[in-house]
Amino acid sequence: MSILVVAEHDNAALKPAVLNAVTAAVELAGHAGGDVHLLVAGENAGAVAEEAAKIAGVAKVLHSDGAEYAHGLAENLAPLIVKLASGYSHVIAAATSFGKNVMPRAAALLDVQQVSDISAIESADTFVRPIYAGNAMATVRSTDSVKLITIRGTAFDAAAAEGGSAAVENTDGAGDTGLSRFMGQELTKSERPELTTAGIVISGGRGMQSGDNFAMLEKVADKLGAAIGASRAAVDAGFVPNDYQVGQTGKVVAPDLYLAIGISGAIQHLAGMKDSKVIVAINKDEEAPIFQVADYGLVADLFQAVPELEAALDG
Amino acid sequence: MKVLVPIKRVIDANVKVRVKADESGVELTNVKMAMNPFCEIAVEEAVRLKEAGTASEVIVVAAGIAQSQETLRTGLAMGADRAILIQTDTPLEPLAVAKLLKAVVDKEEPGLLLLGKQAIDGDNNQTAQMVSALLGWSQATFASKVAVDGDKLNVTREVDGGLENVNLNMPAVVSVDLRLNEPRYASLPNIMKAKKKPLETVTPEDLGVDVTPRVETVKVSEPPARQAGVKVASVAELVEKLKNEAKVI
Repeated sequence: MSILVVAEHDNAALKPAVLNAVTAAVELAGHAGGDVHLLVAGENAGAVAEEAAKIAGVAKVLHSDGAEYAHGLAENLAPLIVKLASGYSHVIAAATSFGKNVMPRAAALLDVQQVSDISAIESADTFVRPIYAGNAMATVRSTDSVKLITIRGTAFDAAAAEGGSAAVENTDGAGDTGLSRFMGQELTKSERPELTTAGIVISGGRGMQSGDNFAMLEKVADKLGAAIGASRAAVDAGFVPNDYQVGQTGKVVAPDLYLAIGISGAIQHLAGMKDSKVIVAINKDEEAPIFQVADYGLVADLFQAVPELEAALDG
Repeated sequence: MKVLVPIKRVIDANVKVRVKADESGVELTNVKMAMNPFCEIAVEEAVRLKEAGTASEVIVVAAGIAQSQETLRTGLAMGADRAILIQTDTPLEPLAVAKLLKAVVDKEEPGLLLLGKQAIDGDNNQTAQMVSALLGWSQATFASKVAVDGDKLNVTREVDGGLENVNLNMPAVVSVDLRLNEPRYASLPNIMKAKKKPLETVTPEDLGVDVTPRVETVKVSEPPARQAGVKVASVAELVEKLKNEAKVI
């Protein structure tokens, strides 16, 4: 039995988290045996299938082409996963908004209790996953015959994008359910690195006081090549869009350097960033919980400290 | 159109969770419980649909131990019309909850299910997608905007790169995200009124659903602790340490 990775893409290129899912799949194969296969379902996504075939560790790419797969609609993708699942011991995807949307639908159709957002693999059937916003770690054993799993991208290294030479095999689709239609998207345009894969992240919290003040963080981000994030408080206050949100209910990041600016450090925010290698906190409240996880804490008014930081980076 | 809102009783979001010494789970004794915050948003949206004349009735449903009644009463105080408790002492997994909800839907025949996108205890983010699959309905997860348009539903979804708009056939299942609305506080008169609203209790056996868990919890442990570091006195010292000590810039 092999392991199937459901690939997220935009019909032009794979999303970076697919590489982390491949690493988890290769690790699973080490326990369970078998090969790692990748499913690319899309519309005119041949280039994506070719890209997938080059990932180190992938033995076969299943390519299913059809207009019903153009936008990753769960209603259409889940039956395709169900059709393929009987040949696999595990079906996995990264716990992105795509994976979170599609995988439970496939799991229910297969009568399988999915294991969500795992951060470690102990054996072919036993996994570790954070619960309660990462305040506890649950070790769980799945008894289902096929295991459907989403993986926490930051917990597994990215597989090498080059070096593999998998065969690409066309596979028939499972039809269009016609239940829903994709009408359009409004993607946040940014020249900066993607939040979940950036090496440096600078995030602002309620202390930023307004969305306009995030311009200060942008200047620092430009100098560091950093992505910009935010706490849920900053998103709730309308300073920045929700896709900036780092935390239990937003994105999970684990960069080399995380700068928390004007962020108090609520449990739900820490859940999204406490695995960062180095954490810096700048906050005027010296009692702020963020300082309990920060490697370097600076008690200061961010409106003075951030421009100073920007200037210091020139030196 | 009836709107069904499944809700969950969880540890209050402001309580610091403690892992039990025997690693069998987290401490729930004498801990303040509350409605899962995302479920509150789902109830609020349903009540607004009723206030707008789009929904005819709002039914809140909870599955779990007898005390889940309190959570249902909160939903009733927010404006739901009646409540159903699926009572069981068996710990329920999302798949089991989805099966229970399907049984309730088959009986009640709502046109829309509104659920929170995840519960803040298990952080599974599965139930809405699963019940939608079992019903063969359309689904929209992580909704930040919901608008009924005849027999269709327009939903704006919060996705990783921004927003996505989808058009769903009704009946539909929608899981709600943070920015959909700001839930109201139940007023005292409404809390009193809620005590008189109908609350029906059924069991998984009544619904003919096997809720035996599929995933065994081997242990629940503390996450690796992160040590607090040092305080620096100035931006200059911070930059110096990041360059020469941590070597990250």
